[in-house]
Amino acid sequence: MKILRLDNVHKIYDESEVQVHAVNGIDLDFDKGEFAAIVGPSGSGKTTLLNMIGGLDQPTRGEIIVDSTHIGQLKPSRLIDFRMYNIGFVFQAYNLIPVLTARENVEFIMHLQKWPKHKRQARSKELLEAVGLGDRMDSRPGKMSGGQQQRVAVARALASKPKFVLADEPTANLDSRSTENLLDIMEQLNRQEQVTFIFSTHDNRVVKKAHRIVTIEDGQVKTDEPQK
Amino acid sequence: MKEYIKLAWRNIWRNKRRTIITAASIFFAIFFALIMRALQLGSYGNMIDNAVTMYSGHLQVHAQGYWDNKSINRTLVRTDELIGSIQRDERVEQVVPRLESFALGSSGPQTKGVLVMGVVPKKQDAMSNLSDRLVAGSYFTGGEQAAIVGQTLADYLQLGVNDTLVLLGQGYHGATAAGKYRIKGIVDIPKPDLDNKMVYLPLATAQGMYMAPNRVTTLAINLNEHDDLQGVQHYLSRQLPRDKYEVKTWREIMPELVQQIQSDNASGWILLVILYVIIAFGVFGTVMMMINERKREFGVMIAVGMHKARLAMIVTVEMLFIGLLGLLAGIAGSMPVILYYHYHPIRLSGEVAESIKTFGIEPIMPMAWQADFYINQTLIVAAIVLVAVVYPVYSITRIRAVKAMRG
Repeated sequence: MKILRLDNVHKIYDESEVQVHAVNGIDLDFDKGEFAAIVGPSGSGKTTLLNMIGGLDQPTRGEIIVDSTHIGQLKPSRLIDFRMYNIGFVFQAYNLIPVLTARENVEFIMHLQKWPKHKRQARSKELLEAVGLGDRMDSRPGKMSGGQQQRVAVARALASKPKFVLADEPTANLDSRSTENLLDIMEQLNRQEQVTFIFSTHDNRVVKKAHRIVTIEDGQVKTDEPQK
Repeated sequence: MKEYIKLAWRNIWRNKRRTIITAASIFFAIFFALIMRALQLGSYGNMIDNAVTMYSGHLQVHAQGYWDNKSINRTLVRTDELIGSIQRDERVEQVVPRLESFALGSSGPQTKGVLVMGVVPKKQDAMSNLSDRLVAGSYFTGGEQAAIVGQTLADYLQLGVNDTLVLLGQGYHGATAAGKYRIKGIVDIPKPDLDNKMVYLPLATAQGMYMAPNRVTTLAINLNEHDDLQGVQHYLSRQLPRDKYEVKTWREIMPELVQQIQSDNASGWILLVILYVIIAFGVFGTVMMMINERKREFGVMIAVGMHKARLAMIVTVEMLFIGLLGLLAGIAGSMPVILYYHYHPIRLSGEVAESIKTFGIEPIMPMAWQADFYINQTLIVAAIVLVAVVYPVYSITRIRAVKAMRG
């Protein structure tokens, strides 16, 4: 079942007098429950593509369709709501809210969605236990390691049961052990929750775990292959 | 909402030092604003009390047209019914009848125009504490044929206690008003313009001299609380027949005092505005720094689904918290000082005291204690914070998540 479709997507930046084609006519689609990696060298357009898929940036040309919603046609405030209800984000630098505990960070989006308290608490507990942080629920990010923070970020991304999770270089700041651990957790949650994961990465450890690898170069899809 | 308030509260303690410095700047500004204003309003109160008790009363009732054309012929008959209808208002503390007119005062070779004020001795003393201001002689005991004069006038006419003062003037309806009066006492009136012309006579004595039995020019009214001056004026204006009586407040009777207070008040406000500007810039600087430091975080919050308006609201609440901390500390710090000096006014001495006395004002500096004053400061600080955060908060609405997250 297709949940995401990119149709001839372009992104052109006007850098002074030169136009930079960061994304140059990409066609892609993703099924529910995929565990896919978008790989490519630095500057190939991975992050730009991910930002557009996440509705954080608008394509210069082309369409991005989530289920049947053309996200480029949404008004800014509707787009924010659309992101909140449909997309989970994991960032390279964790980007947790420093004054909130792990549990409160996970519950943050559920708050925005006005979940009742008991449901929020049950869901955050379930997810934090799933990422192995059942005993650190009341810790603030400053008291946690990078790996632990990124696991909280994954729990936060999944909290409101989004259609897919976008992870931009999620392992870039982690050591090998934390990376392995995080990937195992994401793979497991991908299976359990049937949520699509799309990574942008140039980390081989992530690439090895991915079930599908999309290679991008110069803003175009070079290869798109499943991986066993 | 509760969660946003919690988030805002925690956010302000992320950088404790900055929060404390900002709150401290608000504290000092509020502290000095409150102290300065309390002193200013206290001084005005003192000036007004002096003027009101020594001369005007809070309100005066006259015969219609008397104030614009002060003539002995425009007197009113003092009746129990009239006094009763004024005293029916519970806000009225006392009604002091007077007969005021001008005369020539003479002693030996010296002559001078004087203001004759016929008073009910006990009532006038209760209002003006005249007996406490005696520098020689004694106060009236009843309706004696005697006078009490201001010290400067006594010096000019070379009068001492038991000397004789001759008064000559025009009485009611053209009658000749003349009399000889023993000087019973000399008072130090703290208003120079009164001290050099005032002659007090018992009311009946003055009425006899002016051939105006039972007539008075003025019913001076003292109120329990002077705050409701206009209210009492309106009440009395409705109660008393308009064609026969006029009701004037001390503001109308002493417009020069009102103007003096207004001009001084304006300079006080300029200082206050300077303090408010300091608060505004402190808050503005803090919120700008805060937003710049947290742009990345704001980008993430917007990315995961927080509306910019909510984010702006959280930042506004944060600044209101800081403003409130400074404000409450300022109020808490200034309250004991103001209360102390409200009940124990600063007593001036030396040349300063003497120069203040020449304006007819007791040389003390009490601090005013007014609840509305604190409420106003709270509202003003809240408004300043809200104004100071307008631009920073507007800048939040311009944040682009992608750019902000890039840092």
